Amino acid sequence: MLAFTLRRLFQSLVVLLVVGLVAFSMFRFVGDPVDNMMGQERTDADVERLWEKLGLNDPFIVQYYNFLGRAVQGNFGVSYKQARPVADIIAEQAPATLELAAVSALLAITFGIGFGVFTAIRKDGWASHLIMSVSLIGVSLPTFLIGILLIYLFAVELGWLPSFGRGDVVNVGGWKTNFLTLSGWKALILPSITLGLYQMTLIMRLVRSEMLEVLRQDYIRFARARGLKEKSVNFRHALKNTLVPVITVTGLQLGSIIAFAIITETVFQWPGVGLLFINSIQFVDIPVMAAYLMLISVMFVAINFAVDLLYFAVDPRLRTDRSGAAR
Amino acid sequence: MAHQMMEPLIMRDMTGAMVPALATEWAPSADDPEVWSFKLREGVTFHDGSEFDSSDVVFSYNRAMTEDSDYKELLASVKEVRANGKYGFEIVTNGPNPIMASNLTNLFIMDEDWAKANNAVKVQDVEGGEETFAARNVNGTGPYKLVSREPDTKTVLTINENYWGKDEFPMEVTDIIFTPIQNAATRVAALLSGEVDFIQDVPVQDLGRVSSTDGLKVITAPQNRVVFFGMNQGDADLTTDDVEGKNPLADKRVRQAMNMAINRDAIKQVVMRGQSQPAGVAMPPFVNGWTAELDAVPANDLDAARALMADAGYGDGFTIQLNCPNNRYINDEAICQAAVGMMAQIGITVRLDARPKAQHFPLINKLETDFYMLGWGVPTYDSEYIFNFLMHTKGEKYGSWNGTRFSDADLDAKIESLASETDLAKRNETIGEIWAVVQEEILYLPIHHQVLNWGMAGKVNTIVAPDDAAKFKYFTLN
Repeated sequence: MLAFTLRRLFQSLVVLLVVGLVAFSMFRFVGDPVDNMMGQERTDADVERLWEKLGLNDPFIVQYYNFLGRAVQGNFGVSYKQARPVADIIAEQAPATLELAAVSALLAITFGIGFGVFTAIRKDGWASHLIMSVSLIGVSLPTFLIGILLIYLFAVELGWLPSFGRGDVVNVGGWKTNFLTLSGWKALILPSITLGLYQMTLIMRLVRSEMLEVLRQDYIRFARARGLKEKSVNFRHALKNTLVPVITVTGLQLGSIIAFAIITETVFQWPGVGLLFINSIQFVDIPVMAAYLMLISVMFVAINFAVDLLYFAVDPRLRTDRSGAAR
Repeated sequence: MAHQMMEPLIMRDMTGAMVPALATEWAPSADDPEVWSFKLREGVTFHDGSEFDSSDVVFSYNRAMTEDSDYKELLASVKEVRANGKYGFEIVTNGPNPIMASNLTNLFIMDEDWAKANNAVKVQDVEGGEETFAARNVNGTGPYKLVSREPDTKTVLTINENYWGKDEFPMEVTDIIFTPIQNAATRVAALLSGEVDFIQDVPVQDLGRVSSTDGLKVITAPQNRVVFFGMNQGDADLTTDDVEGKNPLADKRVRQAMNMAINRDAIKQVVMRGQSQPAGVAMPPFVNGWTAELDAVPANDLDAARALMADAGYGDGFTIQLNCPNNRYINDEAICQAAVGMMAQIGITVRLDARPKAQHFPLINKLETDFYMLGWGVPTYDSEYIFNFLMHTKGEKYGSWNGTRFSDADLDAKIESLASETDLAKRNETIGEIWAVVQEEILYLPIHHQVLNWGMAGKVNTIVAPDDAAKFKYFTLN
């Protein structure tokens, strides 16, 4: 177990370093940061001086090395655009993204499982067909289009919900939260639906197909034959046995929700790290881009690492096989 | 935003005219043309209550002249700044500078004591790793005070009850909540749904939608920015064309033909949906030196253009690459696409390479493009600013945005002479001569002057400022 964990940890570190290396080799293609930092009155000499000062003339390997050296001490540099420490900026904007992701994930799981079970049990009802057809929209329409459609319907035409921003936030010990105000909750609705719709349809379709599979099994038939209540059969026996793959997929999708919040945040001007990242690309704000990419890769690597360990704990076969091989 | 909270000595009002702000009078001193003297406004206080006087001005100017400042180029001719009593201020220049005052309209005055107390004496230095207090806080003399600031999210301002101009300006807007919305569709939606009362940059395709909505209006005015194409006419051979051994753009007839081939009216009607002002000169119409004759739009005469091409030996045309930004000017990439079709009509095959501005502009500065789009705004409202950056031979101090490789020693001498010519009539004559050369040589292919669109609730009354800066103290509400 320990050897397995250590080996996984080592592999995760290598992945992180490679992601960083690729990221740094790409930055030169994003554009010239200095051009955005100075007014149009700057001379060529100014540009050269700032390039030198920011260390942009160094080969990217050297820049990466310097970045890593500072990053391990918790210093991610200063944003070119905002002239403030990157760590502060990310810490300030992360709660917005995390809250949005949490609500989206909750919506996706609740409605995904609910609709999935419903369409499996009543698989020939008209409501099931309707849900299945509508869910195709969730899979096939691009996120930004869904966002714009929701804005035009609920903000412009009906005027029920805000079209942009977070509404009023309450600062709880440095963590600005949406959850404590009405306008904060209202502001959450459209972006979280936009962000979670794809995952919701994914979970729903997964639950449905697993459920249909399980409902055909002998033990379900026997349960019915024993005269157990329909509710008990469906939820205590059938659903429970469909959840293992669902949990795996949901866990992995959680990372995607945070990472792909970029588009939703841009459409709704949601002040999270995704919007920060888009802005930093436009401005060629290399310190922010580097820190964000590293953060996201740390997150993905951590989730995968956790999933690996969970497999190890959940699946006894993995354990016996390995110990057998060792002997 | 800075203009709401802080003030320069002299500012531009919503029409672009220079009006007194923290200085009430200014002129070159009568006995020495190398000294500009300013009379400062008395009885002005900063937002924190401290008094404004000449020491704050001297401090702010010295700060703006340090190496890390973005402003030092506009103050390049300044030898020294000094106080002359509590409410007098003098700028000493290297040689007379007749248009010094127009360089100062964006140089904000900070409170010296506040800056020193808050460690903001030095201009923010990004690599230093320190965040200066001035990057997030403001103590100005302006009509609005900062309440809270979250960068890129929300900035809240409220009226400064002690503002010196409280009775002079309408000041009907009492609270400003500034929420940047980058996505154009969301921005328009926020206006349509009434969540915001004022937006800048209404996308041209949404103008009809906004103005036809009850309770909303769009106002439009030409911007102080001209958009044009630059051409490498100095090099012996081009790298991005298919002509071996010579440079087709070096031939004036080719440039003339290209100038004739651009159908500026079609660009206005089709690409810009009427929202542009076709241009004949690379100079916005607000600038000293502009004349209607210079800005007369060249005829779109394809037969004459083809004849010129044949004359120059390019009857069968040639191929060249056009570099174009795709996130800088209004519909920039679409304009370039239109130009591709127009050039094809005279046999020039254009390969379009559109990139984000952060990748596009370095191509011009590093002379890696032979045919490019550029736009130019003129904050000083004077031709000299255009000449210095776009027409003068590219070098250490001048011509940093001149990607044409054009170089003419006589013209350079004339441009440099403008900086110290005190006889304004003579200076304007020289400006006219320089423009005559630029037009004769077809240094640039002007396309149009951009038009600004501001969308707002019906109750808001204002005019559009050519520099796109909404100064809310001038706004009225009904």
